[in-house]
Amino acid sequence: MKHSGAMRLNTAVAWIMLFFLVAPAFIAIPVSLTSKTFLSMPYEGLSLRHYEKLFNSPEWLSSFAQSTIIAFSTMCLATSLGTLGAVGLWRISSKLGEVIRALLLLPLIVPPIITAMAFYRTFVPLGLIDSMTGLILAHTVLAAPLVLITVSASLAGFDVKLEHASLSLGASRWTTFQRIIIPSIRPGILAGAVFAFISSWDEIVVTLFLSKFTVYTLPRRMWNGIRENTDPTVAAAAVILLVVTTFSFLIWSLIQRKKVYSGRN
Amino acid sequence: MPFLLLVLALFIGPITNILWLSVSEPKLGLDNYQTLFISESIPRILWTTLRVCSITTFFSVVFGYSIAFAMANLAANKRNLMLSLILISFWISVLVRTFSWLMLLGRSGVVNTTLETMGLISEPITFMRNELGVLIGMVHYMIPYAVLPILASMQNIEQSLLSASRNLGATKAQTFLRIYLPLTRPGLVGSSLLVFILSLGFYVTPAVLGGGKVLMVAEYISVQILITLRWGTASMLAVVLLFGVLTLIYVMSRFIKLSSVFGGAKS
Repeated sequence: MKHSGAMRLNTAVAWIMLFFLVAPAFIAIPVSLTSKTFLSMPYEGLSLRHYEKLFNSPEWLSSFAQSTIIAFSTMCLATSLGTLGAVGLWRISSKLGEVIRALLLLPLIVPPIITAMAFYRTFVPLGLIDSMTGLILAHTVLAAPLVLITVSASLAGFDVKLEHASLSLGASRWTTFQRIIIPSIRPGILAGAVFAFISSWDEIVVTLFLSKFTVYTLPRRMWNGIRENTDPTVAAAAVILLVVTTFSFLIWSLIQRKKVYSGRN
Repeated sequence: MPFLLLVLALFIGPITNILWLSVSEPKLGLDNYQTLFISESIPRILWTTLRVCSITTFFSVVFGYSIAFAMANLAANKRNLMLSLILISFWISVLVRTFSWLMLLGRSGVVNTTLETMGLISEPITFMRNELGVLIGMVHYMIPYAVLPILASMQNIEQSLLSASRNLGATKAQTFLRIYLPLTRPGLVGSSLLVFILSLGFYVTPAVLGGGKVLMVAEYISVQILITLRWGTASMLAVVLLFGVLTLIYVMSRFIKLSSVFGGAKS
């Protein structure tokens, strides 16, 4: 279609909407720099006191540490399980395989609140409430399907002849898996790993149900701060979350770019 | 496969347990489902949920359509920039985004102070603790999910169909309404269902921006479990919600390939 006036107008409106899609999140930056002790814009001077408080508070620091450990463990577990699952399903490629795939993707579809109550009910008798193990297991169930998706997408572009060649040249199944399949789907695995990390790092609904006193992740502490709605330290924490998100997004974009590039070769 | 075992043991198992609880807690029978009709609060909460989700879906899809339309007709570099903006907003934590709305929309928030300084309003507008605030937060969160399925269906359109229509004498408006819009219908239906499904179970934004005044089903479930400890009612509502979502997913799968949503949305 030729570019008409109406279309130009629509494009302009779309840019404005996209600006408003991203911009509001950055309000946390000025608020975190306020010199007041309550949540406000820094109209009367800038200060780094809330960052100082954030980095000197044992509570926030322990939340940082816990979130990092949980997200990192979740990433490792979910990436291995998701990759193995994707390769397994790719091998089967049958009707049954599709049913299993749908089953494995279910955690992405079921509303988080239902997942949260189901975990809660099951974890109480197992003694997994308020424990790192419990949260890591729960986050892994939620994150592994993301890895399954990205790895499956990579596998769709993998040439089966490479596997056959490796096998007929005398390599074992395990060697073929390690040396041929894994390297070819590496972009999918890495992208999945970044997703898994972020999904656990940001997760709040399930965490609300599974954490009480000893385990208190960063989103959990932020949730309290947001509900109390007074202390600007929460704005500083939001900025830290923004930085981590932006950083992960950049890593992910680099992986994507590489994928396109290697796809062309 | 260890993944399958984990999902069966830690996901399907617990969910089935919830199904079972809904007919066995506090005693065996369909009593919990009866409250669906006789209780005073539950029908009201379900109605609020459906209303808020429908309005959210409408606005997200309208805005999403406009963005997708602009993207489909722009040069690749500008389109990629737009796509990056959408993906960034996808990635920003829902907590950070909800917190930002608190800062912007509060009584002495940025929006109200700006409007007051400009002399446009004399009293602060109440955005928070009402449906307006919840809707703003939810639409903002859902727009990216609305854009992607619509964009996919727009990119599948055969350009020659549009030129044919123009050559046969149709105006631009006619071509859009009679050819373009119907061709994007699968994307429109798909994205409406996707946004509606995600809105149904949305917890964080309605809970914070509604401030307890706009009670939707997800928040009600959490209150039942964490405060009043009524597992029977909570699991009954969870089952109703779950079956609603699964039915809609089934309907959605008839309009668009599900893999295009789950593949396209997060990868």
